[in-house]
Amino acid sequence: MKLPIYLDYSATTPVDPRVAEKMIPYLTEHFGNPASRSHSFGWKAEEAVEQARANVAALVNCDPKEIVWTSGATESINLALKGAAEFYKTKGKHLITVKTEHKATLDTVRELERRGFEATYLDVQPDGLIDMKQLEAAFRPDTILVSVMFVNNEIGVIQDIPAIGELCRSKGVLFHVDSAQATGKCPIDLAALKVDLMSFSAHKTYGPKGVGALYIRRKPRVRLEAQIHGGGHERGFRSGTLATHQIVGMGEAFRLARVEMAVENSRIRALRDRLLKGMQEIEEVFVNGDLEQRVPHNLNISFNFVEGESLIMAVKDIAVSSGSACTSASLEPSYVLRALGRSDELAHSSIRFTLGRFNTEEEVDYTVDHLKAKVAKLREMSPLWEMYKDGVDLDSVQWAAH
Amino acid sequence: MAYSDKVIDHYENPRNVGAFEKNEEGVGTGMVGAPACGDVMKLQIRVGKDGVIEDARFKTYGCGSAIASSSLVTEWVKGKTVDEAATIKNTQIAEELSLPPVKIHCSILAEDAIKAAVADYKKRYGDAQQAEAKAVNE
Repeated sequence: MKLPIYLDYSATTPVDPRVAEKMIPYLTEHFGNPASRSHSFGWKAEEAVEQARANVAALVNCDPKEIVWTSGATESINLALKGAAEFYKTKGKHLITVKTEHKATLDTVRELERRGFEATYLDVQPDGLIDMKQLEAAFRPDTILVSVMFVNNEIGVIQDIPAIGELCRSKGVLFHVDSAQATGKCPIDLAALKVDLMSFSAHKTYGPKGVGALYIRRKPRVRLEAQIHGGGHERGFRSGTLATHQIVGMGEAFRLARVEMAVENSRIRALRDRLLKGMQEIEEVFVNGDLEQRVPHNLNISFNFVEGESLIMAVKDIAVSSGSACTSASLEPSYVLRALGRSDELAHSSIRFTLGRFNTEEEVDYTVDHLKAKVAKLREMSPLWEMYKDGVDLDSVQWAAH
Repeated sequence: MAYSDKVIDHYENPRNVGAFEKNEEGVGTGMVGAPACGDVMKLQIRVGKDGVIEDARFKTYGCGSAIASSSLVTEWVKGKTVDEAATIKNTQIAEELSLPPVKIHCSILAEDAIKAAVADYKKRYGDAQQAEAKAVNE
């Protein structure tokens, strides 16, 4: 077993070696510009781009013509939200999103607010899921767009996209879904879902960084105001010479995801359950977010009375991330965990484990043993643990907040 | 974020972790911070009859820099009088550990912890000792 162990697959994934192999010839040999119509170099590159487009479309069951290449999910989200808001602004100026969305969405909506749009940020329930009644109540006559993520990046919960889609369609409101964390983890059927726009990333699904895609529905047709202007590539939605090798990588990564998803997910679920079982042998641990409505790859746990960043420092053989924001000047813990109604203490004590394609049982067992030892060591050092063991109710203590 | 070697050393081999009995003779206890802010420090000093700190203990809930700051001050206060200990400044702690700007609050907390422990000690014994000293002089 090689150390350190990578358990941060939701941050990014390694490029699958099979994907890398497919990409390389498009850097050196088939280097043509896919927009070159006058020679075979261009034709070869264009063929590869269209094959990749078909592979991306096949994973999510849509028409390849509905896929537009971008530089990643952040750009896709920007194009979807700004592009739709700007195009439909004469229809209305109200947008709806959720407090636990990724910053790519929240920051884009904030920017639209600065441009004169209005936004509602929905709360989530303690399990991390949105309340459909609350969503329904948030609609206004001038609502033009709803944006909800398929799978949450911190806690892995899966929102009820089919139901939200039905509701949006019945109101005649556009629906954008951020699927950066969903591809290869849960089935996506755009022929059945009432989704108008969907953002994708390659590097969360064993493809390369720097490439993504946006699904733009054709029936009923969705219009967008382009955000990047130039040569009119991608039917004018997104100008710029296509990065053939990156696109080939994304196509192959999504093809593998489609072929292997079912088998891979059951294997990862078994690993996750093994990890969870091990962690639950530790006292005072809490799983953040619903455990059922959740991708099998994610386990977000709070280790009460241990601060997350110090735990990450202690488990330096294991690459994980923390909901504690002690590294930032604000001292604010994860806004996602706070939105679930978790206390600041538990939010500061959280660790996100995200499993993936190359993890093994041996790695999970090592992680459990390592965590048990380090949590015990840090609790020996924790005045809060001492007080808890002495039966002191920590909520009754008058703390001097600083 | 990269930690300095000194932070890592104190974090991995913390000095003087533990606790004295609260009512042990000559012990002063300071607890500062709040769980909601992500750090709580408990610092204890044990002071001899001569007013010199003989020993110190800490327990800290917090990031690596907070643990290192409290570990460091348990070493620094030993051998100092309580009044000398109370003059330790957060800037000295931050400098010794090469704390980056976002971690300065850890050193401030450590300074506050010393002051709180000294204040607790004085509250418990300070007046009595001063009276004792006065009696000897007379």
